[in-house]
Amino acid sequence: MEALIGALTIFVLAVFVGYEVITKVPPTLHTPLMSGSNAISGITVIGAILCAGSGENGTFFSVILGFLAVVLAMINIVGGFMVTDRMLHMFKKKK
Amino acid sequence: MTQLINLAYLVAAVLFILGLKGLGSPKSAPRGNLTGAVGMLIAIIATLVDHHVLTFGWIIAGMVVGGGIGAYIARTVKMTAMPEMVGLLNGFGGAASLLVALSEFIAPSASSAETMPWTIALALSAVIGSVTLTGSIVAWAKLQGYAEKAMQLPNQSLLRVVLGLGVLALSVLFIMNGWGFILFLLVVVALFLGILLVLAIGGADMPVVIALLNSYSGLAAAATGFVLMNNGLIISGSLVGASGIILSQIMCKAMNRSLGTVLFGGAMVSEEQMASIPGKEFYEGKVKSCGAEEVAMLMENAQKVVIAPGYGLAVAQAQHVTQELADLLEKRGIDVKFAIHPVAGRMPGHMNVLLAEAEVPYDKLIEMDNINPEFSQTDVTIVLGANDVVNPAARDDASSPIYGMPILDVDKSRTVIVIKRSLSPGFAGIPNQLFINDNSLMLFGDAKAVLQDLVRAVIEL
Repeated sequence: MEALIGALTIFVLAVFVGYEVITKVPPTLHTPLMSGSNAISGITVIGAILCAGSGENGTFFSVILGFLAVVLAMINIVGGFMVTDRMLHMFKKKK
Repeated sequence: MTQLINLAYLVAAVLFILGLKGLGSPKSAPRGNLTGAVGMLIAIIATLVDHHVLTFGWIIAGMVVGGGIGAYIARTVKMTAMPEMVGLLNGFGGAASLLVALSEFIAPSASSAETMPWTIALALSAVIGSVTLTGSIVAWAKLQGYAEKAMQLPNQSLLRVVLGLGVLALSVLFIMNGWGFILFLLVVVALFLGILLVLAIGGADMPVVIALLNSYSGLAAAATGFVLMNNGLIISGSLVGASGIILSQIMCKAMNRSLGTVLFGGAMVSEEQMASIPGKEFYEGKVKSCGAEEVAMLMENAQKVVIAPGYGLAVAQAQHVTQELADLLEKRGIDVKFAIHPVAGRMPGHMNVLLAEAEVPYDKLIEMDNINPEFSQTDVTIVLGANDVVNPAARDDASSPIYGMPILDVDKSRTVIVIKRSLSPGFAGIPNQLFINDNSLMLFGDAKAVLQDLVRAVIEL
């Protein structure tokens, strides 16, 4: 139970931090913000790696599900960060 | 070792926050994005050295396949298709959380496994993940134009309530007993719920939906964090959750819609309002049209020109020729700015990306609240493929269906040039007061062709 309260505390505080940081992103950058947060939501890869690499502690199905989760999360991570980078390099100030 | 790994997750989370902070200005943004990517790399390496990870074959295979697909999409996607890409990635994020939840159920790895909080988190992660997955696929299909209109199934609202209650009941049943087949059933019902939630929403509201699903994909990741009791996941997931919620609020405000009416598929214009909307007679004999030469002449004497683009500009692929025109005018010493309405594109900030791609400098892109006071000192405003967002009725006519929607006050400039194919209405389906104003001139034609004419005419001045 103690661990849960700790985790909840972190969750609530992180939502507030997120709110503060993200309201400061100007509208010009809202599309890169969305693709960038796509990449960050790929953090599920942590769980996916634990499932896909569980070896004999897992079952065939749990490992395969983990593998599929790694694929999807990696699409988000690599696709998200790369396309955001591509977009951000288009934003230039007047020469 | 475990402590060290947890510290690494903390570092990763801090880097994500710093990365998002970097997005506070276009100048620091590329570095911010890189900071986030480094955070992700640290999180992945920390997980790989975890002693729970015994075999690497499937992990490496998944990384190669997923990374390859991601890189391919990122390199080839057109900027006009960004809403589709983000929509699809939202779905993948949700699906990944769903799969991890199912895998954890089959073979639990967390120390908190099979306690009550674990089961609750598992159910949450599976439900949010499922809804995000199918909801995003429907949103993607709508953006692709496969199912653009709002679709109404018979008894749709009833069906939604039933599915919603079903999800709730099955969740409780699963949390109480931990039965596998109930979890399976729960996922199936949640997948259907996701389809139904988005199916009824019209194309005009898609920016809100995409932003909301963005938020869900983050919340699904946070729920997975509770399954694994992993702070890194919880923090990152809630950052994304907050981001999506903020953006959907901004979009709702820009369209004068409440989140509730968007989600429950309320129409923009009610049926009784529809009946009172005037037809073609609204414009009869009141519209003045002009040619490119006339507009070029107007520009010759102008000191300040504002361009107000809408998505029609991107449809006509006229971004580059617009920048060409802006460049030409600036060389003549004219002050040129772009007025960007929040819903000018098909997702938050979309128009800015499209113009940045056409090499319009970002300091020329002015958001609505900052440009509106400047229109009264503007000589010529060019409206390019925008319609509802420049309709003065939204500001002045309390009986208008779009009354209260924030607009660009283009009608306050000395002359307004509206470049448009015809007098057809925008998403709201209502005629535009702007087109019959005394200071408005219509320049009919395809945006790209018209602008090319205009560029030629300005050169010949």
